Amino acid sequence: MKVIYTDSLVIGGGLAGLRVAIASRQRGCDTIVLSLMPAKRSHSAAAQGGMQASLGASIKGEGDNEEVHFGDTVKGSDWGCDQDVARMFVNTAPKAIRQLTAWGVPWSRVRRGDREVVINGKKVTITEKSEAHGLITSRDFGGTKKWRTCFTSDGTGHTMLYAMDNKAIELGIPVHERKEAIALIHEDGVCHGAVVRDLVTGELIAYVAKATTIATGGYGRLYAVSTNAVISEGIGTAIALETGVATLGNMEAVQFHPTAIVPVGILTTEGCRGDGGLLLDKDGYRFMPDYEPDKKELASRDVVSRRMTEHIRKGKGVPSRYGDHLWLDITLLGKAHIDKNLREVKEICEYFLGIDPVKEYIPVRPTQHYSMGGVRTKATGESPTLKGLFSAGESACWDMHGFNRLGGNSVAETVVAGMIVGEYVADHCDNNSLNINTKLIEKFIRREENKIIKLLNRDTGENPFELKKEMQNIMMDKVGIFRNGADLEKAVEELKVLNQRARNIALRNRISTSNPELVEAIRVPKMIKLAQCVAYGAMLRTESRGAHAREDFPERNDKDWLKRTLTTWSSEDADLPEISYEDLNIMKMEMPPGSRGYGVDNTVHHPDTEKRVAEIEEIQAANPDADRFEMQELLNPIEIPEKFRGKNERIGRGFK
Amino acid sequence: MSDNERILKFHILRYNPQIKGDTPTMKTYEIKEAPGMTIFIALNEIREKYDPSIQFDFICRAGICGSCAMIINGQPDLACRTLTSKFPEGEIKLLPLPGFELIGDLSVNTGKFMRQMSERVESWIHDKYAENVDLCKLEERMDPDTADEIYELERCVECGCCVSACATKRMREGFLSAVGFMRLARYALDPRDKRSDEEFYEIMGDDDGVFGCMTLLGCQDYCPKDLPHQTQIAYLRRKMALIN
Repeated sequence: MKVIYTDSLVIGGGLAGLRVAIASRQRGCDTIVLSLMPAKRSHSAAAQGGMQASLGASIKGEGDNEEVHFGDTVKGSDWGCDQDVARMFVNTAPKAIRQLTAWGVPWSRVRRGDREVVINGKKVTITEKSEAHGLITSRDFGGTKKWRTCFTSDGTGHTMLYAMDNKAIELGIPVHERKEAIALIHEDGVCHGAVVRDLVTGELIAYVAKATTIATGGYGRLYAVSTNAVISEGIGTAIALETGVATLGNMEAVQFHPTAIVPVGILTTEGCRGDGGLLLDKDGYRFMPDYEPDKKELASRDVVSRRMTEHIRKGKGVPSRYGDHLWLDITLLGKAHIDKNLREVKEICEYFLGIDPVKEYIPVRPTQHYSMGGVRTKATGESPTLKGLFSAGESACWDMHGFNRLGGNSVAETVVAGMIVGEYVADHCDNNSLNINTKLIEKFIRREENKIIKLLNRDTGENPFELKKEMQNIMMDKVGIFRNGADLEKAVEELKVLNQRARNIALRNRISTSNPELVEAIRVPKMIKLAQCVAYGAMLRTESRGAHAREDFPERNDKDWLKRTLTTWSSEDADLPEISYEDLNIMKMEMPPGSRGYGVDNTVHHPDTEKRVAEIEEIQAANPDADRFEMQELLNPIEIPEKFRGKNERIGRGFK
Repeated sequence: MSDNERILKFHILRYNPQIKGDTPTMKTYEIKEAPGMTIFIALNEIREKYDPSIQFDFICRAGICGSCAMIINGQPDLACRTLTSKFPEGEIKLLPLPGFELIGDLSVNTGKFMRQMSERVESWIHDKYAENVDLCKLEERMDPDTADEIYELERCVECGCCVSACATKRMREGFLSAVGFMRLARYALDPRDKRSDEEFYEIMGDDDGVFGCMTLLGCQDYCPKDLPHQTQIAYLRRKMALIN
């Protein structure tokens, strides 16, 4: 039995995982990162568009601050987020980006003087101030009041991930590559590490740790067409679920991005529309202003995706052999801009579509993109029910996104959560000693070993690739952008059957070492369980909130549904998850529920909303001299690790 | 995208070093071409339908992550963004990327090589004050052109095509290769990195470094990101030659 001991075990080598590892290493904890592949290949690299942080250096970001970013994030979440966490996030994001600057990210910078930009389909000249010259600049993104999305041309995620991994290498943090965590080791509500399979030798290794952090990204590949990397299968989230102790939060909250290319689903960044690109229908008509006269193409992602789908349903889509699509037109941005700031988009169009986006329209349609749900954590990043288990980034439901994430808030979350959760991970390692009976380690290793032996010995049974395809199609057809009770019920039933079939997988290639079919056979039953959590949660939630849009319940219903879905899987034999809910407390909200400002507001309000609004007005009236920091302290006092508490400086306004 | 259905013939090197006694052989698989088919799509179809044991690496499948470099009809390239329609004969021969430890079939260990490269060139900002930067204050300013120029050199995705296309690397096991030179050029250009030319010389001023390059420039020819290897190697050489 091979056992590796460490203080801080991080599962996943993307931005969030690496940042947690760096934090715990810098605090003196022995730290190991596990990764399916070299860390620099993580899906974080694919974030083209940018990172939101309210630096407000560009002229179109002027007046931005934590409050504005907070408001956008809470509205974007359709009031489904945890406002304490959203606050921690917006206050720390400027520090996170400045730290990455010191670590080497070559952020695009403000250039003084005039420049031409495209706003609402028209060329406009804006003038950047001299005093901002050389500071980090920002671009427009959907659902934001200010131009807040900081970027490196169109390779933001790439440059962030490279800087982060390079920092980890500088600190000598080992990244154990081609290793997959397939189960968590736990007892009496405490997590002690993971059973890990070496994807080359097939060996099972126990990694035993004081703190285990899951940072394995989203579960986009539960869907047949996703912008996500092929490794975004949610396995980290699934092994947390399989403990029967850890809970998952808001699994039904799944975001569809408006502009992935047809048919392969590769993303073209929101920066296309942020920089002035338009959506056109089969007649070349710009339809978004008809639906959303205010924000048009730059409404929140969930809204744009639904409007596009509605428009296609009206027969306005462009027919193709892969179904109907719409056009993304960036030709009006011009060659120079596309070559510099949208080059990845250009390469993708050239290689996968054989078109030149400088001259031609890009075929796009809404495609699965982001998982708001994940391992439920407290604001510290620790599971509320399984001590010593942490999660950060897309795999977590830390819950700053609620039911819809804003563009540019995902890479921002990875590094901010990494910073904050990393400190709490280090605290946990400082305050706890490793106390584990080796018999327990052996029990978990044997359990996983036996499962694999059974798989290898079974002569006939189900094909894991087929099961996965069936699951992906169910999710795509019945748990998609628009949902309804009848389809969701069918999805839940069909997935239940798949779950049972997945207990009888047999392999054609029956070897225990490097074997892609065995990898699939281990993952697919876990993925089906996650799919069941998504479908079942969606079926039970009889309202529409953010990206969860029910045709049969179109209104947001705060009265009955202002709550977070919690999912557990209590026994190996169960064929459905158990679902419960935790209320969001309006009386503690800094920003009580209101309208997002899209379409008709048909919200069913909660009785507390009015009370809280009145209470806030009273507090404001009683403290007429309070500045925004003091007001936040009164309305939403939060805890942030000491070192990240200072006020953020901005050009032209100092620390105010 | 062509609508003509063709039968594609894939000739693939098969070898699993984990299996005792296994020897490298070429195997042929025939599949029906689909419109817009890439080698990523084709290999997955082969795995799912015909041979579940076949090993290869794809992650982003969008030409961004650098996982899937292999030798495609004799030339190193990213398999995920190579359309099968590019090959009029319909015959596609796939070999693993040379110059790296073989994991099995088309999968190679670029990760180990790249981590060692990063450690060797100390691929990070060297500034003893960087850790004490006050994160509340305005970030250090940078000229917008400088930022853009650094990004141009940082677009490398560590796919390994340059290493596999390098004749010098074939002759000198310890040769740093273009990926390492590009990384050094990136940090040499960055005003935040306080390393002196002498310090860079210590890293690359020998025959395993920039003076060993025979200037055959396979790196320039095969870089999927069209990075300016030729210019940067020449620049580093000149810079290093001036030191002595």
